[in-house]
Amino acid sequence: MATIDSKIPEGALAEKWTNYKAHQKLVNPANKRRLDIIVVGTGLAGASAAASLGALGFKVLNFCIQDSPRRAHSIAAQGGINAAKNYQNYGDSVSRLFYDTIKGGDYRAREANVYRLAEVSNAIIDQCVAQGVPFAREYGGLLDNRSFGGAQVSRTFYARGQTGQQLLLGAYSALSREVQRGNVKLYTRHEMLDVVLVKDSEGVERARGILARNLVTGKIERFAAHAVVIGTGGYGNTYFLSTNAMGCNGSAAMQCYRKGAYFANPCFAQIHPTCIPVHGDKQSKLTLMSESLRNDGRIWVPKKIEDAKALQAGTKKPTDIPDEDRDFYLERRYPAFGNLVPRDVASRAAKERCDAGFGVNNTGLAVFLDFKYAIERLGEDVVRARYGNLFDMYEEITDENPYKTPMMIFPAIHYTMGGIWVDYELMTSIKGLFAIGEANFSDHGANRLGASALMQGLADGYFVLPYTIQNYLSDQIQVPRFSTDLPEFEAAEKALKARINKLMSIKGNRSVDSIHKELGHVMWDFVGMGRTKESLTTAIAKLKEVRKTFYSDLRIPGSADDLNVELEKALRLEDFIGIGELMAYDALNREESCGGHFREEHQTPEGEALRHDDKFSYVACWKYTGEGNEPELIKEDLNYQFTKVQTRNYKN
Amino acid sequence: MWLSNSSIGRKVVMSVTGLALILFLTFHMAMNLVAIFSGDAYNMICEFLGANWYALVATAGLAALVVIHIVYAFWLTMQNRAARGSERYAVSAKPKGVEWASQNMLVLGIIVVLGLALHLFNFWAKMQLPEVLHMLGMHVDTTNVANGVYHIANTFSCPVYSILYLVWLVALWFHLTHGFWSALHTLGWNNKIWFERWRMIGNIYSTIVVLGFAVVVLYYWLCGGAC
Amino acid sequence: MDKNISFTLKVWRQRGPKEKGHFQTIPVKDMPGDTSFLEMLDIVNEELINKGEEPIVFDHDCREGICGMCSLYINGHPHGPATGATTCQIYIRRFNDGDVVTVEPWRSAGFPVIRDLMVDRGAYDKIMQAGGYVSVNTGGIPDANAIPIPKPIADEAMDAAACIGCGACAAACKNGSAMLFVSAKVSQLALLPQGKVEAARRAKAMLAKMDELGFGNCTNTRACEAECPKCISISNIARLNREFIAAKLAD
Repeated sequence: MATIDSKIPEGALAEKWTNYKAHQKLVNPANKRRLDIIVVGTGLAGASAAASLGALGFKVLNFCIQDSPRRAHSIAAQGGINAAKNYQNYGDSVSRLFYDTIKGGDYRAREANVYRLAEVSNAIIDQCVAQGVPFAREYGGLLDNRSFGGAQVSRTFYARGQTGQQLLLGAYSALSREVQRGNVKLYTRHEMLDVVLVKDSEGVERARGILARNLVTGKIERFAAHAVVIGTGGYGNTYFLSTNAMGCNGSAAMQCYRKGAYFANPCFAQIHPTCIPVHGDKQSKLTLMSESLRNDGRIWVPKKIEDAKALQAGTKKPTDIPDEDRDFYLERRYPAFGNLVPRDVASRAAKERCDAGFGVNNTGLAVFLDFKYAIERLGEDVVRARYGNLFDMYEEITDENPYKTPMMIFPAIHYTMGGIWVDYELMTSIKGLFAIGEANFSDHGANRLGASALMQGLADGYFVLPYTIQNYLSDQIQVPRFSTDLPEFEAAEKALKARINKLMSIKGNRSVDSIHKELGHVMWDFVGMGRTKESLTTAIAKLKEVRKTFYSDLRIPGSADDLNVELEKALRLEDFIGIGELMAYDALNREESCGGHFREEHQTPEGEALRHDDKFSYVACWKYTGEGNEPELIKEDLNYQFTKVQTRNYKN
Repeated sequence: MWLSNSSIGRKVVMSVTGLALILFLTFHMAMNLVAIFSGDAYNMICEFLGANWYALVATAGLAALVVIHIVYAFWLTMQNRAARGSERYAVSAKPKGVEWASQNMLVLGIIVVLGLALHLFNFWAKMQLPEVLHMLGMHVDTTNVANGVYHIANTFSCPVYSILYLVWLVALWFHLTHGFWSALHTLGWNNKIWFERWRMIGNIYSTIVVLGFAVVVLYYWLCGGAC
Repeated sequence: MDKNISFTLKVWRQRGPKEKGHFQTIPVKDMPGDTSFLEMLDIVNEELINKGEEPIVFDHDCREGICGMCSLYINGHPHGPATGATTCQIYIRRFNDGDVVTVEPWRSAGFPVIRDLMVDRGAYDKIMQAGGYVSVNTGGIPDANAIPIPKPIADEAMDAAACIGCGACAAACKNGSAMLFVSAKVSQLALLPQGKVEAARRAKAMLAKMDELGFGNCTNTRACEAECPKCISISNIARLNREFIAAKLAD
């Protein structure tokens, strides 16, 4: 069995990163010019990494599938970004942010990584302000903060409801500067379809390039470099319906996995509690309503089942139900955190109520998020100033006015904590292949706290990878630039073309989307919010059927050597099916409930998640063993040395 | 030179020449009003602005402004049409808040120029031009060159001319309502607060200028200048 | 509940930038009112695929109005009939039974058509690269609260920064001008002390790039502002003019 070295530096928790930086190897400026780095993805992680590496003097090739780097889905993050600045004097500190993140992740994240994340969080805010990110400010001119789920301090920096957009535009502008200076070359509308490994003189396989399909011409193009960085986000779209953008996919991660990179904790997917409920079977995606709404909105369902039935039948309106007949179940179950419990807890509580028959819309799959009380307390103007744009968005989509009637919300797939396994240096199990941002697994454990994704993406890109990659590249300075005519590139391209031809020649009757929807249903029904051994075994069987349908009945119109959106989607779907299987295997293996992973067999009498630290305090790393085969499990022990592992408690 | 090779520079030229022309219109309008109150006083002004060196210099300057304004207008329009691309929209709708004038400045400008040609034919060709020709030694009749009132009464006694002049003034009004604030906007003298203010000031100003001209036309047309 | 709506879709089809395009007419039957406009196109595409035809190509991604990728010109309006919304935020309930819904790509020399409704907006990236940034490297930055910024200034910068770079401004402009886009970025950075340092250089560089790429001259028609899905104000254009003229006069 393979062993895992996560390369965590020696020393006390608070000194590890300092020690690492003091002792790591660096690349001198003259040599940086001679080293090429491929960065795939232009979201917060990818753009910040490409910009920072470019500024250091490396030659960077940066890829994205959209028409511009600024479209990456980081842009859609609404709420904010955490940092341990303690500007509000609430007693915040690096160690408290570290602790909240570890606890929020249900003790399934790597301590050293999370501590480093908390440590660099403050520098991110400084960096963004210097780039011209217009964070919200108070009248005194200093930065404002807001509260977010899972924390008792106010540490979230925000720019209206568009924090992700502003941070991404900051990173994008830094990236644009490096393009102008000639350090970064941009390849838009290019999709990475394989990572190319080349053996060095000692027989060690290293990531030396990628194959990418030019989405406009359909041509397969080869790119070589000294190191490859994957920053391609998460795989939430495995579920078809999610809050992810339509183009979000897990394909880059799957290509790395198939070439030998471990896939870690795939079953840890975050289900966001405040999304607009599904309205029909033609729906293409789910819309997130910012978590910040939970600051002032109160979540409830009726106390009486007959009221719920009347709401479902449409014979009663929510405003007909008096306060005493409303069950504010989060406030009831979690008095200390109330409506601000972490996302996994809030989502599961909503599911619990709906499963019990208290759902409030025609499908019975929705709960109320009510601003009546906030309007009474603060006045409509204040509520409008805080959430006006979100309310408008809600009204445009649902045709209902949330100032007059409560919003309806339901959980939806939002983020994936699992991803490519990386060590402390963010290097995968393949030498020279790095993974950053949501694409890796490292910092959020089994559940991510709100406003931490932006923090992690930028931490990896601005302040971690630019250091750690040098430790790898320092002994690559003698290696000359690669030719893309190497036999490894030749072979990879041949295999890729065969893969594409195989899909093109199925010529069945089903569109990509119709099969993707089928996959999504299997995933949501059997690998969703509540999982059991039985449901997961069923899922694995059903996924085999989906795979069969895919290979026998797929139809892709047009040609492979041309712009072909259906082919793009088909390639991604093929990978989603693989990811779905991985998720099911991982969820089946993890016989405990933690964070976003809830096994119904493992819960406390009150219905809370029940962890089994003695058996499952590890990162589940899955190794590829061939298409359709059961993957091999390798465990990285999570040896908690500095934190006392406890049951998460948001009650008191 | 940034006034010709940058888009804002070219717009600055339009803006400055436009504002100068608005200023000229204001003086011209004020001068015309005198014709209502006293024909003699008006003719004194006409005398004063005859073929004297300062009036000729000013006329040349004015002509230059008009020519630059027109040349730039056609230049910008050609560039802008090219920037639209070869294919036109099949359906287009006017968005809310967009003034009709703002999208038709060239057409309005052409009407204004045609009106100007008529005006030069009616007045300048009979007043300053003969004087200049006379000075150059040519044999022309200069009896009425400074008798502005005579020419006004003569021209506007013809209803066709009066109506053409009024059409001209309407086009001028539309041209000015957009031109006024747009010129200031182009020079950067605008923001969210001043936007509506400038527009209001522009509308009032244009209305005053155009009414001032129109009153003289109507007065001489309807009352023959004697009521 | 929303009712179902039937209408005629007239959609632009064009194989490539150099090829001649044409309208394809597709009847759409009983589309539920709560379907988004892009979901409607998904459904139409599904039918085209089932008939063995090639689907309509259009850009889209986040489908929540923030990525700026969607770009349709619907019934004479960029991003369709709603104000302050992108194409992906338009719902079928906005249309009536029997309507003819005409869908065209952005048409501007700066945005050549790639296929059908998909256009190349790379020009906006090039304008950004010309100077749409603050020249700072990663690290070595003073504390974020070192320079207080008055809230009204920060808010105004945020108003400008809300631009999503979708290209609707140039698509709406009869002059094919990208001034609203350029001015929003110039404004955001010129307002903040961090960006003020190189404001003059930025204004000149970004404007020069815009001109070079073949965008037109702004004539203040305000169509851009009216059609902007993020309601970016043309007061930003006044600020850009101011910055640019001041920079040129100082040269």
